[in-house]
Amino acid sequence: MRRRIGIDVGGTNTDAVLLEDDRVLHAVKTPTTADVLTGVRLALESAAAAMGPQGVQAVMIGTTHFVNAVVQRRDLAPVGALRLGLPASRSLPPFCDWPEDLAAIVRGQVHMAEGGHDYDGRPIMPLDERAVAAAAREMKAAGIGCVAISSIFSPLDPAMEERAAQILRDVMPDAAVTLSHDLGRIGLLERENVALLNACLAPLARHTVQAFEDALRQAGIDAPLYITQNDGTVIRAELAARFPVLSFASGPTNSMRGAAFLTGLKDALVVDVGGTTSDIGALKAGFPREANAVVHVGGVRTLFRMPDLLSIGLGGGSHVEAQDGRVTIGPRSVGYRLPELARIFGGPQLTTSDIAVRAGMLSLGDAARVGDIPDALVRAALMEAARMLEESVDRMKTEAAAVPLLAVGGGAFLVPDALPGVSEVLRPAHAAVANAVGAAIAQVSGEADQVFQGLTRAEAMAEAERIARDRAVESGADGATLALVDIEDLPIAYLPGGALRVRARVVGEIAA
Amino acid sequence: MREVPLDEIEALAVGAWVLGTGGGGSPYHGLLNMRRLYTEGHRVSLMDPDELADDDMVAVVSNMGAPLVGQERLADSANIGRAVTLMEEYLGRSFRAIMSVEIGGNNGVQAFLAAAETGKPVVDADAMGRAYPEAQMTSFAVGDLKPWPLSLVDPRGVEGIVAKVPSWKWMERLSRKMCVETGSIAATCKAPRTGAEVKRWGIPRTTTQAIKLGQAIRAAQREHRDPVQAILDSEKGKLLFRGKVADIARRTTEGFLRGTAKLDGLDAWRGHGFELAFQNEWAVGWEDGVPRVMTPDLICVLDTVSGEAIGTEVLRYGQRVTVVALPAPKIFLSPRGLDFVGPRAFGYDIEFRSVFA
Repeated sequence: MRRRIGIDVGGTNTDAVLLEDDRVLHAVKTPTTADVLTGVRLALESAAAAMGPQGVQAVMIGTTHFVNAVVQRRDLAPVGALRLGLPASRSLPPFCDWPEDLAAIVRGQVHMAEGGHDYDGRPIMPLDERAVAAAAREMKAAGIGCVAISSIFSPLDPAMEERAAQILRDVMPDAAVTLSHDLGRIGLLERENVALLNACLAPLARHTVQAFEDALRQAGIDAPLYITQNDGTVIRAELAARFPVLSFASGPTNSMRGAAFLTGLKDALVVDVGGTTSDIGALKAGFPREANAVVHVGGVRTLFRMPDLLSIGLGGGSHVEAQDGRVTIGPRSVGYRLPELARIFGGPQLTTSDIAVRAGMLSLGDAARVGDIPDALVRAALMEAARMLEESVDRMKTEAAAVPLLAVGGGAFLVPDALPGVSEVLRPAHAAVANAVGAAIAQVSGEADQVFQGLTRAEAMAEAERIARDRAVESGADGATLALVDIEDLPIAYLPGGALRVRARVVGEIAA
Repeated sequence: MREVPLDEIEALAVGAWVLGTGGGGSPYHGLLNMRRLYTEGHRVSLMDPDELADDDMVAVVSNMGAPLVGQERLADSANIGRAVTLMEEYLGRSFRAIMSVEIGGNNGVQAFLAAAETGKPVVDADAMGRAYPEAQMTSFAVGDLKPWPLSLVDPRGVEGIVAKVPSWKWMERLSRKMCVETGSIAATCKAPRTGAEVKRWGIPRTTTQAIKLGQAIRAAQREHRDPVQAILDSEKGKLLFRGKVADIARRTTEGFLRGTAKLDGLDAWRGHGFELAFQNEWAVGWEDGVPRVMTPDLICVLDTVSGEAIGTEVLRYGQRVTVVALPAPKIFLSPRGLDFVGPRAFGYDIEFRSVFA
């Protein structure tokens, strides 16, 4: 028997579930507190009370705290940016495409030094170690504690970023240093932006993860703490504190995985209908499909491991407009002001919630206030909502066959029971705490991403997988349950010895 | 001659991406350079080709190489500016103005980078009217103009001149080799042109065309009108097919991105299929197995909802797309023009028929 506590720390609520094997034993919702700690402690105490003396194997926390900090421009630290690549890329320095309000907070110092690689693995220029040391001294003198290092083509060869970090640590041993190749992909500006965002969150991440640890102790729970990531797996809390950006999208990811778990499905589409938007994602073998395009976070262009989500302007608060016999929905929404602006609450704005109440699909507010909406308008609005969902579902599908659709979220009543291209629409029980369930069921992953020389392709790939397995076990995985989920190799033509860069990723259950 | 405000350069980047017909690389980094240059106080003027004197010299610039490498090395206006001054030093003459070899994609903005760096105006013309993958696919090659010399610059301080070659094909081979050696991306200044040559063989007013196109798209997006219709209206284009991507196959060969995309019809095209072949840019389209549209007509694949052009490297399964054709520059419709850029130049044994014929 395995027991875990899953917690979702959202902007409004902190939800917790106690899971015993595949069963939800206990679920609780508490308001998120400004210090984060209190809400988590209350949630944990509630779960601990339900759990009795047997204890739990692990506690998993998913949080939107870090992405909210970026979006709301709060608790961000000034960052020293160090780019290796001169004389290339000089005219577009770090922060060059950031929104000015965010750059003004995060841009501590900007340094550029000679270095970087070409696509074939040759250095553009040798690393200018003296310039790196000088930059480190200047950052130290200004009291900068967070640094992001980016180097041209570092995903192919991370050596220069690593060497620069070493030089930095000699000068400023306490600095939190983020290396771009640890987080991003090809695309210098986008990868560097991810590293800069990660670096500016370092103090908040350290502080928040410490608060989680304290809450655990205060609730009297003696179990390892894990933090959930964008890809639906978890990492140990101390590692998560170093990579806050990896939890940016854990909210939708946990919601999708939780919904799938609650219905027993591993391959499905999930639609999460909120007040303003519907987010549609795809699960493959229980994990969200990754986006392979630029994702904007707080106005910053980024490219890293994020779930592929399609957002459309359809939610429970979306405006419904009728003009010349045509009905349109959204993208404008009354949002959180539904209880004041929607017709069912005496407000002036016709919303999708009003339509649903008039159609008898939803009990909310005062149905008498929407009795005058003509049947034809109700039918047309519901058809339009169905059309929008049908088109989005179709866009997210990667195969022609019909797939199941899981509907969650407060506006899920807008999802009809049948849609073209959908085999069945499922509405999971406990959908309100699907996020926390998704956190509780998260698995551990291990990743290797490095350049191998003097090995055959098969040997290099086997070696990468072995390293990934070791790392997963180090992070708390049960070695017997590990499975390889992703492996790719990129030949680097100009390095001696048939150099090959291999990336391997394994996932498995948390060891009991 | 008139000064171009930054807002028009933003529009140029949008329009140039559509005229890239699926290739040419994103103009994003070029646009970032222009924003910085304008912030620093630089301004660029645009002159009509008719304002050129016959013996004026015009620099023809392009950023050459693999878009993927550009994603890491980032375009720097200093390099394209240096390619121009290097050519001036080699020739012992100074240029009156600067033009892009291709208006489509990233290179549509490169002439502005070089112009801001050197303080010269941009000529409102190019030599493709779109984007094409190879150096001999230009109106200057069709006009049998001299293909040499060429200057090439990389940020490390590598500076090269191809002094003389027997043909455009040879220029493509030699400059491609130099480009690969410097990391598969380099700033180049192609064979200089006289004012008379630009007026006779250049494709006129394509910069203004791209700016107007971009403005039409941005206005439609802002006012929630159909941006695809705005493109058709602005360019007198033809709507060919609306559907969703059912399959996409890509392979990289000989430094080019080649492949095919299959679309399943929607709306009026339900039950019909469309197939597109590409070499960096869209080259030929078949509807239900019958050739429907082909180069040199411009083939653009647009996101049905946003009207954004979709590159051959990023198109993916399930996307809702609209295929439109825009008219080709007249010079490519001649028998000699078709030798350079007709379907056979891309390996398709099809007799060219324009959708606008």
